[in-house]
Amino acid sequence: MIDTQRATTPVADDLLVDRRLVASYFVAALVFMGISLLAGMLMALQLVHWNPLRGIELLSPGRWRMIHTNAIAYGFLANAFLGALHWAVPRLTLRPVLSQSLSWFIFAAWQFVVLATALGIVVGPTLQANVPALQNLRWSLGAQGLEWGETPTWIDPLALAGLLLVAVNFMAPIMQATGPLYVTLWYFLAAFVWTFLTYAMGNFLPQYALAGTSAGAVGGLFIHDLVGLFVTPLGWGLMYYFVPILLRKPMWSHALSLVGFWGLAFFYPLNGIHHFLYTPIPMFLQHGAIISTVAVEMVVLTVIINFFATLRGSGREIVTNLPIRWFYTGMVYYALTCLQCAMQTTLTFQALIHFTDWVVGHAHLVMFGVFSMWLMGIMTYLFPRLWHTPWYSPALCEWHYWLSAGGMLVMATDLILGGVFQGFYWASLAPWEVSVDGSQPFWIVRVFAGLAILGGQICFFYNLYMTWRESRALGARPLEAAAPLGTAAN
Amino acid sequence: MFEGKSGVLLVGGLGFFAFAFLSNAVVPMLMYRDLPEQTTAELVAKNSNLMYQFEELSYRYPEQFKQHFGEPTTDQCAEALRLGRQIYVSEGCWHCHSQFVRPVSREEDRWGPVSATWEYQNELQRPVMFGTRRVGPDLCREGGRRSNDWHAAHFYRPKLTSAASPMPEYPWLFDGAPDKPNRRGLALITYVQWLGSWLESYPDYEAYQPLAERLKEK
Repeated sequence: MIDTQRATTPVADDLLVDRRLVASYFVAALVFMGISLLAGMLMALQLVHWNPLRGIELLSPGRWRMIHTNAIAYGFLANAFLGALHWAVPRLTLRPVLSQSLSWFIFAAWQFVVLATALGIVVGPTLQANVPALQNLRWSLGAQGLEWGETPTWIDPLALAGLLLVAVNFMAPIMQATGPLYVTLWYFLAAFVWTFLTYAMGNFLPQYALAGTSAGAVGGLFIHDLVGLFVTPLGWGLMYYFVPILLRKPMWSHALSLVGFWGLAFFYPLNGIHHFLYTPIPMFLQHGAIISTVAVEMVVLTVIINFFATLRGSGREIVTNLPIRWFYTGMVYYALTCLQCAMQTTLTFQALIHFTDWVVGHAHLVMFGVFSMWLMGIMTYLFPRLWHTPWYSPALCEWHYWLSAGGMLVMATDLILGGVFQGFYWASLAPWEVSVDGSQPFWIVRVFAGLAILGGQICFFYNLYMTWRESRALGARPLEAAAPLGTAAN
Repeated sequence: MFEGKSGVLLVGGLGFFAFAFLSNAVVPMLMYRDLPEQTTAELVAKNSNLMYQFEELSYRYPEQFKQHFGEPTTDQCAEALRLGRQIYVSEGCWHCHSQFVRPVSREEDRWGPVSATWEYQNELQRPVMFGTRRVGPDLCREGGRRSNDWHAAHFYRPKLTSAASPMPEYPWLFDGAPDKPNRRGLALITYVQWLGSWLESYPDYEAYQPLAERLKEK
């Protein structure tokens, strides 16, 4: 159970935390989550021959697949992380961020970056082909040919400037703190540096400075670092913040927290080339990446042990406390996906599963099953505190959880299994169509798993809208008089 | 150091990142620094396989070709290649088609020689198009395997040529009919025919003869 009265310290907190800003980031994130899910659904329907919108240029599944991934990475995850950071950093450091107006400027600028990315990817190629003045441009208005970095080249400098401002804004309060920092702040500090460096390296070097195999090596580093050095440290940093608060006890072992952070910091950046095994990238570099990847799994194990040992004695919270259930389900998926990673990164597995849906299953498990689920848990916990209103329907919160977690489990299992089939079809030298036809059952199951996930989010959107309406109605009441906060858990 | 700002920022943030960048990115850069990066013009200049296909396009779709590219010169071919690559990237082709043959899983038997570094040292591999997923087959040995009009029909409606294909349709690469590829369509076909055209084993290889001479013989 969450001690709801203690969680409400309106006066002190409101000076530190700009609740409207946090809520705005979360709502923006959810809008992009919706867009990303619809885009994914379009691609899923295309693969099973059910796409009702065939042959429409602006709805081309090829372009919308890029919207699917970019909307989740830069629209949902980045926005939701920024919202959560605006809650966690001032409360951890007991200092506000550098400037409130800068924060709102960053908010607006980031929405511009993400929307411009989407427009560039979808409308850019059409404009360029049909407007004579644009036809002879040497550079493309549309996507950049870099996975997870499809942001058109003309937006990259803006995005990078935005990341710099984010770092400055949050580092101001953190740098004023004295003495040893809490675990969360290690992850955040490092993430600000890493995200900036990763974005610059990945978006500029392979485009302007390098071609071919070495560009491939940098591309691999970029793909991996984006997950490992932007999403992962922010995600774990938030877990180290929210889990002890919700369980009302410290982490089990500070030593393991140290091992987890420094192990990740050292080994994670060395993994990138494992995305391109068996390419012409020198073999000794591929071996190095594989060994570092297995090392990361060892580190991950220590983190998982630390969190589950912290839960020990409070296991009942999994049932009663919905945010904690979101967090720990995400951690179970994290352990699974990391175990999967330790296997798939070996050359033995790669020979079979590279280029198959196995990898697609892995990506969904990481991006949705782990980090999106954690952020959904954080939102479930925070929205009532941001709007000083309990959830409209705790039952819909449960539906949101079960459809998301269940849909994800089915989708990941289905795609991973489908990937094994595809790998064997290819190795058998059967005609290519055999592998496509053989994938159909898996792709059809994926459509329904996707529908479950989409349904879960619709429950959440509706619940959120109704809660917001109630908060407007309650608006005039003083905070102390507001109904008890929180979800079904409370 | 382990829990303080300077340690986290300098050692973890900058130091480990720099170490990874040096060992994983700078090392291959240094290893391949002697392998020159070819421009698109250089790629076209010595590539008679590609010029053969480009001229075939001008012969097969004369009106369209005249309107969009004029004459099948090497300059126009380089232009078509650059645009073709742009379409390949912006339409997301590279998310369902890879461009490298691995030395495992009997890929040599299916597609041809294993990919080598020198094949990627050129302007059109910026960023490199290794790819990430194969819903459709690998394309780095695709050039010359099928005719230009096969590709035209296939881009217009993939099921016309491959019944099981879940590939989307691209009617906007045409002026209303599969035998009328527009500028983008012609460019994309040129790009696909280029893939692998630098190899001895280009399947549709014929001794290159400029178009004017070939027509005279007929």
